[in-house]
Order: sequence, then C-alpha cells, then structure tokens
Amino acid sequence: MAYDLGRYDGFAPEHYREESPFKIHGGCGLMGICDESGALMSGEEPIKAMAVQRDRGNGLGGGFAGYGIYPEFPDHYCFHMMYHDLKAKDEAEEVLGAHFLIEVAEPMPTRTVKGIKDAPLLWRYFMMPHEHLIDEAEVTAEDFVVNVVMLINSRVDGAFVASSGKNMGAFKGVGYPEEIGHYFRLEDYAGHTWVGHNRFPTNTPGWWGGAHPFTLLDWSIVHNGEISSYGINARYLEQFGYVCSLGTDTEVAAYLFDLLLRRHKLPVELACKVLASPLWDEIDRMGADDAALMRSLRAVYGPAMLNGPFAIVLGFNGGMVALNDRIKLRPLVAARSGSKLMVASEESAIRTVLASPDELWTPKAGEPVIARVEGMDLPFHSQLHVTPAEISCAVTAVDACHELEVAV
Amino acid sequence: MIKAATTVPPAGVIEGYRHVAPLIDRDGATATVDTTGVYFQQLNETVRGLIGEGVTTVRIEGVNGQRYIGAGLRTPGVRIEVLGCAGNDTAMFMDGPEIEVFGNAQDGVGNTMSSGRVVVHGDAGDVLGYGMRGGRVYIEGDVGYRVGIHMKAYEKNVPVLVCGGKARDFFGEYMAGGMLVLLGMNARDEAQPIAGGFLGAGMHGGVIYVRGAVEPWQCGAEVGIAEATDDDMAELRPVIEDYAQALGLDAAEILSAPFTRIAPMSHRPYAKLYASM
Repeated sequence: MAYDLGRYDGFAPEHYREESPFKIHGGCGLMGICDESGALMSGEEPIKAMAVQRDRGNGLGGGFAGYGIYPEFPDHYCFHMMYHDLKAKDEAEEVLGAHFLIEVAEPMPTRTVKGIKDAPLLWRYFMMPHEHLIDEAEVTAEDFVVNVVMLINSRVDGAFVASSGKNMGAFKGVGYPEEIGHYFRLEDYAGHTWVGHNRFPTNTPGWWGGAHPFTLLDWSIVHNGEISSYGINARYLEQFGYVCSLGTDTEVAAYLFDLLLRRHKLPVELACKVLASPLWDEIDRMGADDAALMRSLRAVYGPAMLNGPFAIVLGFNGGMVALNDRIKLRPLVAARSGSKLMVASEESAIRTVLASPDELWTPKAGEPVIARVEGMDLPFHSQLHVTPAEISCAVTAVDACHELEVAV
Repeated sequence: MIKAATTVPPAGVIEGYRHVAPLIDRDGATATVDTTGVYFQQLNETVRGLIGEGVTTVRIEGVNGQRYIGAGLRTPGVRIEVLGCAGNDTAMFMDGPEIEVFGNAQDGVGNTMSSGRVVVHGDAGDVLGYGMRGGRVYIEGDVGYRVGIHMKAYEKNVPVLVCGGKARDFFGEYMAGGMLVLLGMNARDEAQPIAGGFLGAGMHGGVIYVRGAVEPWQCGAEVGIAEATDDDMAELRPVIEDYAQALGLDAAEILSAPFTRIAPMSHRPYAKLYASM
C-alpha cells in the first residue's frame, strides 16, 4: 500500500502531537451490546450502561460507536470528523474531495450540555470513493479508505477522523460518557450493536481524539487497560502501511484486528489467540494439532501479541467481540437476554440494561465472547478449521508479501 | 440531511446514580433502606448514620453496583443485608459487622478485611479477599481470578475464605496465612476444572483445602499437595459446618468427598534467591 504522502507535506499535525505525545494508559470502563436478531436499540441503552460505571472514569474521555445507525446511507462511507479550526477543515475537505464524491456534508447534530466544553468542530460526510482512483491505485476499496484515514490523521494538522465505516459512527470526546452521549443526541440513533467507553487517562491529557472508541473502517475498539507491547506492535503494523499517529496504545488493537481479520482473513477465534496467546505451558498441555496451530500462530504473529492488562470490545457491522488479556488483569462480565448479548466492566451495567438476564458469566481470560447479527455478512471467516499450514499461507499470501515489498 | 429526533429527547443527562439520600423505613433497631438508583456515597453515609443511632440490622434494597458497602465499619454486632448486586470493594477494611448478600458480588469483596463475616448467596468476582487479615467470607457460587491473593494471619487473626463453586487462575497467590477452601460444587460450568493455574503460586503461609483433587500443573512451584489427614479434617470440619449453616447447605454432603491439602513447603520460598551471600 503506497501512500501518496508527498502531496500534503504542508500539513504537519503538530497541534495534536503536542497534546498527545505519549501513549495513553487507562483504568477505564466499557460496554458492548449486540442484538443478534438485528433489532435496533436506542442509543440511550449504551448511555445507561456507561452512566452506572461513571466512577470508572474521570470525565476526561467518553465515547460510543453504533452500528446500523445510518439506514438512509447503508453503502456510503460515513466519516465523522473532528477539526481544531476552519483551516484544518478546509485542508481535510480538500483531501476528502480529492478521493471521494461527497454526497452529504453537515455538522454533527449536538446539543449544549453542562460539562462539555471546548469541543472541536464536528462534521460528518457521506461519501462514495472515486472508482477510477481505486482502479489506478490497484487496491481494494477498503484499503483506499484506510489510506485516506492514515493520510488525514498523520498529515493534516488539527484534523482527525473519528470514524470511517459504513452505516456506523463513533461519537466521542472529553467528558463523562453519559454527557458525551447526551451531547451527541444518541437517543436519535438506533443500532443493532453499540460499544461504549469511560476513560481514566493517567499519563497524558484527555483530548477529543484520544477518547475511545478508536476506529478504522467498520472496526471500533474500546479498551480498558494498557498495552505494554505498544512499541513492538506499532513497528510491526508500520510494515503493513498502518501509521500509528494518535499517541495511544489502543490504536494498535484496532489496526491489528483490521490486519488479521480483513487482510489476512483469519477466523476471529484465531485472531484472538494471536492477540491473547495461550501461555507456552498451556500450549504444551494441548492436543498435538491444537498445540501445532498455537505454536504456528505465536511464531508467525509474535509481534502482534498484545502484552499487558486489557479488556477490549471490538465492534463491527454484524456483531462484536469481547476479549481479555490471557491472565485476566481487567474486569469483564458477559450476559445473554433473549437475542441480546452484552458485556461490561461491571455486572451492575449489565443489570441496568438487561434487568434479569437469562445467563450471566465472567468470560475466561483470553477466550473471546462473540456476538453475530443473524443474516449479516461477516467481515471475516467464521469457521475455526484452520491448519498450521493454512495459517502460514494466510500470512505469506500475495497481499502481505506485496505490502512488505512496498514497505522496503 | 439525516432525519433526526425519532424518539422524545430526554430532559437531561442520563444518570447512573442520583446524589440523593435513600428512603429509610426504620422500626426500632432495624431499618430498611431503598437505595434504588442512589449513589454509593449517600447510601453509605445513611448506613453509618443509622448504625450511629443504634440500628443493628440494616436491610439495603435495590442494590446495583454501589461500591464500598460496609467498608471500614468497626461495629461488631451489626448486620447488613444487601439485596441485589453488591458493588466493588464490599466489606473493604471491615472490622466486625456481618454482611449477607442476596445476589452476586462484584470485584474486591473483603479487601483487607480485619474481622466480621461476609456471606454471598451467589457468585463473587476477582480479587476476592485480597490481603484479608481476619474474619470470614463465604461464597455460595463461583469466584473469579486472584481470590485470596496476599491473605495473611497474625496470632488470633486468621482469615477464612470458603468458595462453594469453582475458581479461576491465581487462587491463593502469594498467600501468607489463613485458610482458603474451594468446594467446586454447584458450579456454573461442569467442564471447567475446579481451579485454574497458578494455584498457591508464591504461597509461603496458610493452607488451601480443595474438595477433590488438583493436578500438579495447576499449582505453583512452592506448594506441596497431599490428601487431607484426619488432623486436617478436624481443622476443616467446623469451618464447613459454619459455612453450611450460613448458606443453608448440607455440611455432611460437602464433607462426603475427600479433600486435598495444599500448603507451602517452606515459609521462605525465595530465601535461596535473595539471601546467604
């Protein structure tokens, strides 16, 4: 993937670099809910789940992502944008206009909320990529969109892409999550899947772009914890064309899922084993086939392993995945009520939304909780029947080899 | 433009908890407190106030995640009943009272607790009984990761923690004193082993009893695993009887299976690592 960075040399993103020069640690709260029947839930439901977990954050970051929220534009890429000033808006819109046909450009609907101040300019765009540019670049439409996101985030000073998927969007900023949700009028949206986050930044100032979820295409990630392996993960991702420009550890989780699921087409169960690998002595106790597969994954994807404490929820168009680090250093509770599957940092959040769940449990460390909306095409392979040889093929396939050559 | 306002906008920001005093229904030395949607601070101030006024039984209804219930209370003879899901750090630093939870409890129950008793008719989360230094905690169901981590004992202060269901990894990690009991009965998941890995890892004091057997791979390098002897059972039996009585269970049934005793082989497992130059 060759990014045409040269054209935009004038736009160095100094402003946000200054605000967020380090990776961000957190002890936060999160939630995810998916109605597997595809029925839509009001954006008030995730707000309720986060409001009861208010004390897990400190008002310096809250956010949500919803799926199925833009039925009027199901096939358009929707960019939620944050701008520091009008100059940033002009420059980013120049980039967007050069790559997309912009169908709708409008300010995000918001309302005045006590406690929410210093908001950036918030705009959203419904757009179709220029087909001839995709053809010229010889990339997939998704990679084309990723290129534009990386370009804006890394090169346009004061502009930040909050989300870039289809029929989804991220709503985030500095404040408590219930205030942010109210600010963005989430009650006006209905989605089949929602994720939410409450941030407790400890090492860096909270800023609007640094709130969770972090997104790319349809993926959104909310994260409680700290990814100690950030450096090695970021260097690994750079080989595949991802630019880690947001100064936070969570960003790498979003890009790793994009790499493993969308580009290398690993089944989600195996992608989770890459990110939260079983310990070596656990692998030794497995059957021969499983052990060979896990050794193969660790050998091939060692630099993609997430080290350190984490609970994360990955949202996408068609469901969600919740995952803990392999020794469960952050809380995560799961529950099912009818067709709804929900996860949260605390049981109280689940009981606020699902009064009497059919089933409630704490997932085992490193074992994903997966929700899938019935009838929706999934953005990844869904079957867990992969041999070690097939794993190696997935990784050494043309796509990946091509990227490596370009990077070199 | 995207069509907006499909629902009636809320009057204001949705609140998880309201900063208002809970409703109190007092009858002599007994009080019932409705804490539905009330913030933990107002709830716990109310409970302390009632105890200060001579109330000895506080029944708290509508609990959903309120933190620190009973935390730091040093009032033996007081009984607190929790109806609902007890929040993080229930009974933290508690010294004397009894708390009975009718529901599940979240993480950190009995954190650094000194004395008194906690009974949970449900499951409990991670770091249950962290650094406990006295008193008893009885859980009917499953428990999470790092249960009984850093428990310790001194003279007559010997903490006891009994878990009726199954436990995850790091049960009794770094344990320095007291007694941990794991029964593995009525667990949610039949297929799950009774405990995860790292059982008693870094343990250098106290004792762990497990109903049934554990595999050597599950245990830390510092512990010895043996079938419980008659002397061990003489120590364990009164604990099980008290546990069964508190939860309305059958002690004889619990005691009908053999127990495994797990204890440190040395009280200074790392002496060779750091000492004797």
